[in-house]
This record gives sequence, structure tokens and C-alpha cells, in this order.
Amino acid sequence: MSGNREKKKRRLRGEALTVLPLYVFTLLFVLGPIVYMIVLSFLTRAETWGVLPEFTLQNYKNIAEPVYLETFWESIKLALTSTVLVILIGYPFGYFMAKLTAKWKKRTMMLLMIPFWTSSLIRLYGWIIIFRAGGILDKLLMALHVTEKSVKILYTYPAVVVGMVYALLPFMIFAVYSSAEKLDFSLVEAARDLGASPMKAFLTVSLKLTLPGLLSGVVLTFVPSMGLFFIADILGGNKVVLVGNLIQEQLMKTHNWPFAAALSVALLALTSLFMFLYRKLSGVKDLEGLV
Amino acid sequence: MKNRTKLPNVYLGVLLFLMYVPIFLVILYSFNESKLSSVWSGFSLKWYTELFRDRAIFEALGNTLILGVISSLSAGVIGTLGAFGMTKVNFKTKSAVEYVSTLPIMIPEIILGMVFMAFFSLLGLPFGMTTLILAHTAFCIPYVYMLVKARLVGMDKSLAEAALDLGASPLRVFFDITLPLLLPAIVSGMLLAFAMSIDDVIISVFVTGVNTNTLPLKIYTQLKTGVTPKINALCTLMFAATLLLCGFAAFLGRTPKHKKQEPESGRAGR
Repeated sequence: MSGNREKKKRRLRGEALTVLPLYVFTLLFVLGPIVYMIVLSFLTRAETWGVLPEFTLQNYKNIAEPVYLETFWESIKLALTSTVLVILIGYPFGYFMAKLTAKWKKRTMMLLMIPFWTSSLIRLYGWIIIFRAGGILDKLLMALHVTEKSVKILYTYPAVVVGMVYALLPFMIFAVYSSAEKLDFSLVEAARDLGASPMKAFLTVSLKLTLPGLLSGVVLTFVPSMGLFFIADILGGNKVVLVGNLIQEQLMKTHNWPFAAALSVALLALTSLFMFLYRKLSGVKDLEGLV
Repeated sequence: MKNRTKLPNVYLGVLLFLMYVPIFLVILYSFNESKLSSVWSGFSLKWYTELFRDRAIFEALGNTLILGVISSLSAGVIGTLGAFGMTKVNFKTKSAVEYVSTLPIMIPEIILGMVFMAFFSLLGLPFGMTTLILAHTAFCIPYVYMLVKARLVGMDKSLAEAALDLGASPLRVFFDITLPLLLPAIVSGMLLAFAMSIDDVIISVFVTGVNTNTLPLKIYTQLKTGVTPKINALCTLMFAATLLLCGFAAFLGRTPKHKKQEPESGRAGR
């Protein structure tokens, strides 16, 4: 009997050992850095380089300056614009895809996976080719006599929006699809048979039942769109400055690390608020379509 | 079920086509004789020859692969052991640690990059491969962890219990029973992690050193400063590699189905 207990004890110790790497790594390299960021955001910046260990709230006060508040507002606006467009374009795609036959579902999924796995930089580069002055779109517009002169779309706000939508669309499609796939389309038929208009049948049955997918799609689009600084960098030139660009600039060029930390904390708070709202709204804990 | 009209299918087709246009343009212009991407002056392979002469690019490719392999392997070990152990242990901190460990893929990447840069310089680590590997491992772990955990939930526990009752050591049970059953989830988690690692720009920008370049970082700086069609050639080859990897993943995803001959794996699920 006691031998058995001894065995069990040893087994438990063995099992505790299996979680050790995860515990150590998580505490040291995930929790540690995040805690340090929060501490850093309350410290004073040294004259030229580095940080002084003096407590201050100045970094947060700086965020409230109109220039930086505007950057935050711009980022939220861009994220919202991209998210709305992604919903409008991606939702029908995911929904229609769920209605395909099993064979075509598989094929469409494969066709979606390929660009999704292709490096985002390659895809961005393609848009540079399309957008630049004398590029494809320019020639097309002139050939169609939409414009007489060459228009420069690269390094403008719309170019950034297109880049964002293009990069984030697959997340919405996957999320909506995984939700719509479980939808029993005979329910929609039933609603129609009972006299509901197509619009009403869609709103009361389809949309309601695919809402979890749509909501997780929104999270998967909105949260990353706040930080995709390289899209604004490459397609927007210096014209579009987002919180992400600002953080990068403060870190790498101005070397004001405490301020960069404060900006990151603010951004993190903003996205956490968004996630919190999402959880309240949907009542689910795991993001559907994430894995 | 059939769609009433053809319109939805047209929509699907057009949108899929639009998704490929930018990629095809990059490929097309890699074969362009001219240096300018606004003019087409004939078919040429010269950018490929130039690409193969560029040693810096090969070095960056090497770095990218080393980084991807080491990060996804470490994530594979830490994530698998962690997900397995978490179902067994009963620590109070369990759910908190689980939550924190998945944070790297939940919060915006830029914050993660910033946080690592500040923390690594606090520790005084030399920026370069070491810092890249640590940062990449951190965001690779959640992919393996979540997939393995999902698979563990659907797994039949009676097999492992039977083996234990028959006197097998826990270590043997883990390697002979649990690990083989988890393998598809581990492999797909690691593939996902590898794909994320070799594509990462945002986090790498912050944690790389002056002398360590990865392929995405190299392309990123080129896109910012001005590109030559050599980058088109590089992107085309990378796209080809993606196709191969996608095919490989699809092939892997198919194998468990054939293996389901053994009656006992009936509940193991997909």
C-alpha cells in the first residue's frame, strides 16, 4: 500500500516537472517583460539615453497632448474603417462559402490558405506595384479615361486602408465560415416557408446564429489592426502615423523608452477594453476560428 | 444545398481572384527584363541569377530558417509538455499561467516587440539571434499549446489508464501512448508556429541586432527604401516554398484518416 502511495507521489512530481518549462518561460519571458513595461511607463527619461529610476506620471500626461491624442484617434478611426470594410466584404464570403458543396468548400479553403500563408510583405509589395504612379491602376484608370493625369495612390490614406483590409480579410472569412458552417440552413428555409422575407429570414435566423463568428472576426481584425505599423509605413509613407508608428519612433529614433512604454500600456488598455466588451457581448471565452 | 442564383459563386470567384492579383504581379515582374516595374521589356531570368549571387540574402535566409526551426522546436517541447502537464497538476496558479502564456498571440504584436526590446536590454542580452529566438519562442508556444490542449480534451483517457494499471511507468505511457496520439496536433501546431516565425516582421524589427538580418526584415527595409526586381525573384521563390508547405500541410492533415484502422482510436477525433 505504502509502495503504491510512494509511486503516486513520484508520478505527481514527474507531472509537475512537465509544466516546469512552461512556467519558467512564461514567468521569465512573458510576464517579466510585461511587468517591466508597466514599471518603465512610470519612470523618468534620462537626458540623452536610458532611464532614471524616478517615479513620474509625466509620460501619461504627455499622451493627453493633442498631437498624441489625435494619433490615437487616427488609429482607432483606421481600425474601425478597416474592420467595417472587412465585415462588409468578408462576411458574405464566409457565409456563401458555407453554402458550397463539400468538394468546393475544400477547394475554396485551399485557395484561401495559399495567400494567407504567403508572406504579408510579398502581398504588400504587390499593392505597391498596383498603386505606384505609372503603375497598373494608374494605367488602367487612364485607359478607361477615368482620369487624364497620372494619379498617385501610393502613400495615401486609401492605400493604407486597402492594405489593412487585404491583410485582415482572411481572419474574418475563417471566423464567419466556421460559424456559418454549423448553421442549419433548413432553419432559413423554414423561416422563408413561414412567410419571412429573405431579408427578415437572414436577419432573424442566419445573422443571429452566425453572430459569434462575426464577433470573433471583429476581434481578430480590430486588435491586430491597431498595431500593424508596417502597412502604414510601406503603403502610407510618412503621411499616415498610427500609434504603432509612434511607439516605434519613440523607441528607435527618439529613444524615449518610458513614453513608448506608456503608449504601449495605453494601447494595451484600449485593446483589453475591446476584448472585454467582446466577451461580455458574446459570452464565449475562446476565440472561434483562431486556431 | 444549391444557391438560388449564381451571384454568390461569382462573388467568391471575383474576391479570390483579387486576392491573388498582387501576388501574381510580384511574380510576373520578377521575369521582367527592365529594372522599372512600370515597363515590361521582355522575359528575363537575370534577376534570379543576380539573386543567387547575393550572399547577404542567403545569409538572411539561413538566419530565418535557423530561427524558425529552433523557435518552433522549443515551442513544440515546452508547449506539448505544458499542455499535457496542465491537465494533471492542480496548482492554484494554473489558469493564470495559462492565460499569461497565451498573451503573446492575443496582444498587438507591436506591444510584444516593444516589451521584449526593453526587457532584453534591461537584462543586458546581446541583441541578435539569442534575443530573436527568445521572442519567437514566446509567440510560438501558444500555437502548439492551444492545439495540443484541444486534442487532449477530445482524447480517450482510458488507454493511458489501462497502461498504468498494467504496470507501465508514467514515462513509458507518455512516450508510447500519449505522445503518438498527440502527434498530429503537435506537428500542426509546430508548422503553424514555424510559418508565423518565418513571416514575422514586427517583433523581429525590435529584437534583432545590427548584424542579424532575417529575410522578412531584409524585404521590409528594401520595400521602404526602394526595391529592385531581385526582391521580386526572391518573393517568387518564397511563394513557391509556401505552396510546397501548404501542400505538405494538407498531406499531413490527411494521414490520420488512413491510420484510423485501429478500432481503439475511434474516439480520438480529428
